[in-house]
Parts: sequence; structure tokens; C-alpha cells
Amino acid sequence: MDLSSINPILLFASLMVAATPIILAAIGELVVERAGVLNLGVEGMMITGAVCGFIVAVGTGSPWLGFIGAAIGGAILSLVFGFLTQVLLSNQVATGLALTLFGLGLSALMGQGYIGVKAPSFPDWHIPLLGDIPVLGPIVFQHDPMVYVGLAIVAIVWAFLKYSRAGLILRAVGENHEAAHALGYHVIRVRIMAIMFGGACAGLGGAYLSLVRVPQWTEGMTAGAGWIALAIVVFASWRPGRLLLGAYLFGGVTVLQLNLQAAGAAIAVEYLSMAPYLATIFVLVIMRAGRAPGSLGQSFHASR
Amino acid sequence: MTIKSILTGATLALGFATGAFADAHQTKVGFVYVGPIGDGGWTYEHNKGRLAVEEAFGDAVETVFVESVPEGPDAERVMTQMALQGADLIFTTSFGYMDQTINVAANFPDVKFEHATGYKRADNVSTYSARFYEGRAVQGHIAGQMTESNIVGYIASFPIPEVIRGINSAYLHAKAVNPDVEFKIVWAYTWFDPAKEAEAASVLIEQGADVILQHTDSTAPQAAAQAAGNVVTFGQASDMAEFGPFPRVSSIIDDWAPYYIARTQAVIDGTWESTDTWDGIGPGMVGIGEISDAVPADVKVSAEALIETLRTGEYHAFTGPINKQDGSVWLAEGEIADDGTLAGMNFYVEGITGDIPQ
Repeated sequence: MDLSSINPILLFASLMVAATPIILAAIGELVVERAGVLNLGVEGMMITGAVCGFIVAVGTGSPWLGFIGAAIGGAILSLVFGFLTQVLLSNQVATGLALTLFGLGLSALMGQGYIGVKAPSFPDWHIPLLGDIPVLGPIVFQHDPMVYVGLAIVAIVWAFLKYSRAGLILRAVGENHEAAHALGYHVIRVRIMAIMFGGACAGLGGAYLSLVRVPQWTEGMTAGAGWIALAIVVFASWRPGRLLLGAYLFGGVTVLQLNLQAAGAAIAVEYLSMAPYLATIFVLVIMRAGRAPGSLGQSFHASR
Repeated sequence: MTIKSILTGATLALGFATGAFADAHQTKVGFVYVGPIGDGGWTYEHNKGRLAVEEAFGDAVETVFVESVPEGPDAERVMTQMALQGADLIFTTSFGYMDQTINVAANFPDVKFEHATGYKRADNVSTYSARFYEGRAVQGHIAGQMTESNIVGYIASFPIPEVIRGINSAYLHAKAVNPDVEFKIVWAYTWFDPAKEAEAASVLIEQGADVILQHTDSTAPQAAAQAAGNVVTFGQASDMAEFGPFPRVSSIIDDWAPYYIARTQAVIDGTWESTDTWDGIGPGMVGIGEISDAVPADVKVSAEALIETLRTGEYHAFTGPINKQDGSVWLAEGEIADDGTLAGMNFYVEGITGDIPQ
């Protein structure tokens, strides 16, 4: 085994890139679940965002507009879920699963004419000064802008939930929707807004794959990333900080295991392949599991 | 005449009518795909074969397909459903469908099955595959001469004979033209996962590889190589010409259409028999995509000469002397590998480092 061929700076740098789609999708779902809604359709919203973003980016030539299109596409799809579960009071688990299947099919249909087309390039930012810091510069400050957008969204969500009044209301709705309703808050409206935010974030995560990571449209390209995001939300005990940790851990071990393989490590590939999942679950479970929002997954109707 | 006999007569007539209808009915051909038809690689080419069948037979044949079928119990359900819906011939197009194909075929003795890249056959199960390793030989030949870092990255999918054959063939022919060449192999454990394939390609590039060979189906590694700027790739299963002339300098193209048309014809004629087909560059099942101008002229000429000798059968990609990884002799000087050993290949040749996952 020749571990010297692994460059730790490049390893950490690619860790940040590998974790970004999961961070984006997971932070959206975190807000949704903190509002008391369980949306299992993350995978479907991601892939729809991936194709919407790709279509818009190819059509306009601008990756930025692509990301906006992806967010809108994901939000519109999530609105279907919001309408069914919040207005028509359908079962959230079943509706979420259906949303995933629907999203996979819809994206395949929308992407028909875009197979083999190339996305406009989305160059990395070399942040002046900060990017020149040895070691830290290449790891943290020389990525494409979406890596920082993802981090910014996590920070904003954290501050929003912890310090803002609106965040308090959102948490109240998620903890006990009847009490929140009694206090005069509009439970359904809060939840639908949270669901749309979740859809938009999942769409961004998907578009990160189709516009930056891969960058191409292929059917089924999210390949389960949405489910990983869902799992990370739960294992992170619904806290933004831990979510970041979980996503970096998952991304990090994923990249590390490929590096170890390429370096010829004498560890069976099967163990290396399962390592990202095991490591993430292990660490996040060890860190004292938190409690789920009180009203998670329950339908609300003002008459009850 | 009682009502009962009238009814019986009517039923019988109806039976004959539907029977007659069934005879005049189209032949139904089913395809089970492991990836989406838009993967741009493996499944894309199988689907092109399906479309060629439709075109060749017109209304005489109806084709159905199910894409992205996981290898495992789901595949068995899909095949059973196809057989129940009246498929006469079913192509199962991934190695991992092998046992499922055999199981389902035992339940439907009248339905013909064709399993791609496997080795288990039955009275109503044929196998077919292409000698992709001939294409890998050409890739190795070009890769060995184009690498400057002497590190070739290889994105492998699953540790099955087909993939191991490809690695060995590419390595032998790279080594023949560049004794210093080294292979770094990453097992992705997937046929199709663009994000993971991109990840694997970036890792190999970061570790110094300037040629990437892939045995996974998406074009993501091509895009990763393009982003890196100075890395050579080869199209896998499909031409992937949109990445030419650089990084994609050539490709292995699977051409299933002639085989699919011939087998469908055999079912229509009633001459179908269980066979084992393994065709290479010669019969045209393996095509080599155009070698682009990014390849130096002399390399291109010698690669084309190699393709020609493989095509005529003058040269076999596994011709001795070849030792196994542990140094023991596999093929003596001038000896040619037999198909049995190739079909079950589970060892690396001498010079490749690392172990095959078991």
C-alpha cells in the first residue's frame, strides 16, 4: 500500500464537493421535519431539480439561472406533496414515496431531449487572499460558488431556527400543532412554506449533481442521494450543526475509501464500500440521539 | 341442442378464434435493462438493438422493455410478468440476472430466454456476450503509449470474470508497449451511478492517473477527465463521441442489433436453439470507435494494425507467455487462452498490484 499517493489537501477539498448535494437536500428536509412534516420525496425532488436546472442552464447558458430554475422546479413538485398532505390530509409516508416515484418518472420524461448534451461550465472561485493561504486555501476557499451557498443556507437555517421569531413559530408547529393552532398560528400555511423550502433545497442539491458534479443529465443520476440526505437528518437529531458534520463525514469517508482503494490498501473493498454508511451512523448515534419533533408525520386539521 | 352445448360450441369457437389470432399475432420480444435507456452507455446500446429489431420486423414483432431493474428478486418478478404477458423471447441484459433468468425459464418452458454475459444455460436459455477484452486490448495499447505519468486509472464495477478479463487484457497490452505502466483499480460496486463514477475518476486523477479506463456505464468519468484537462478516456459500451476528440480518444461500442435481429428471426421461424454466442471484433459485435487525432499518428497506425489482426483472428488478445499474478505460469509461449478459462477468469495477470475482492 502506498499511502503517500493520497494527497490530504485534495482529499479534504473533494470532501467538501462530495458532501454539497447531500447538505443542500438534507438542510431543506430538516426544516420540513422541524415543521412536523415527513417528506420522503427528497429523491424525487432532487432528480426533478437536477433536470429542471439542467434544462434552464442549457437553454439560457447560465448555470446560475439553472440553479434558480432547479429551486423553482423542486418547490413546485413539493407543492404537490404539500397540497395532498396538508389540504387533502393524505398519508405523508405514502405520499412522499409516491412523490419520489413520480419525480423519477417526470424527470426522465423532461430530460428526453437532453441526454448527451453538455452543461455550460461553472468555474471554481479562487477567492483572492483567502484562496492563497497554504493548506487551508485549496481546501476551503477554491471551490465553485454553490459549495458556499450550501454552507450559507445551513448557517441561515441554524440562525433562523435558534434566534428568529418565525423560527420559533415553525418549531412550535412541529412540536405541537394543536397548541400552535390554539395560539393563533396558521399551521397549514407554515407547513406548506416549509415544504416548499425543502423542495427548493432538494432541487438545488440535484442541480449541483447535474450542473457541477457530473455535469451532465442522465436518468436516475441522483442514485439514492436523497435517501442518504433523509437518513442524515434523522441521525443528526434535526440539528443543522450535526447535519453538516454528518454530511462531511459521509462525503469524507466516501472519498477516502476510493482513495484507499486506488492507493492499493489491503482492506477488503466490501468493508471500504460500507464504511461511509457505518461511520456516519456510528458517530451520529454515539453523539446522543435527539428527540424527533413532537408532531412529526401527523396530519393536522383545525376541527380536531 | 341444449343451451349448454351451444355455449360449449361458442366457447370452443372463441377458443379457436383467439388461438388463430394468437398464431397470426405478433411475436413479442421482451428486454430487461439494468440501467435507464438514457445512460449513454451499456443500456443505451441494448435499447438501440431493440429499436433495430422493431425496424427490421415492423408490425410482425412487438417489443417491450423494463429499464433500471435491480439485479436480484425484482428482476425475477419483471421477467415473470413479461412471460405471463405473452413474451416469446426475453433478453436479460446484465450479468446479475443470471440465476433469476434460469429460475424463471424453468417455469416457462415455452418462452425463450437470452442472458447477456452469463455462463448458465438451459434448454430454453441461451447466453450471448461480446469479446470486449479485444477492445480492451486496443485501449491498453493506446493508453500505455499516451500516459506520461505511467499511471492508468481503471474504474471497475463488480469483480466478475467479464470485468477482470478487461483489466487483464488492457494491462497486458499497455505493459507490452510501456514496461513502466502501473494500473490503479477502483471497484465502484455499481454499473451506473454518475456521482460515484465521477468521484472515482477524480480520485484516480488526483492520485496521478492521466488515462482513465472505465467499466461503468455513465459518461460521468468522461466529464471528470474533461474538467481535469489533460486526462485521456475511452468511451465505454457506447461511442460517447460527444467527449471527442479529447479526452475521449477512442471507444468500445457494443453492437447488439444483428444478434437481436437474428435471434428474433429464429423464434419466428421456429429454429431457435439454446446456444452460447461469444463474438468479438470480427463478427462486428464489438466495434472500436474512431481513434481521434489527439492520438499520435504512429500510435494510431499501430492500434489500427492491432484491430485488424484481432478482427481476422490472426492474433488473440491472450497469447502466451502470460503468468498469473502470483508468478505461476498460465500460458506458455505462443499458447492461446481457451474460452473456458476466459469465461471464468478470476485472477489478475502478473504485474497488476492489489487483490480482486472476493
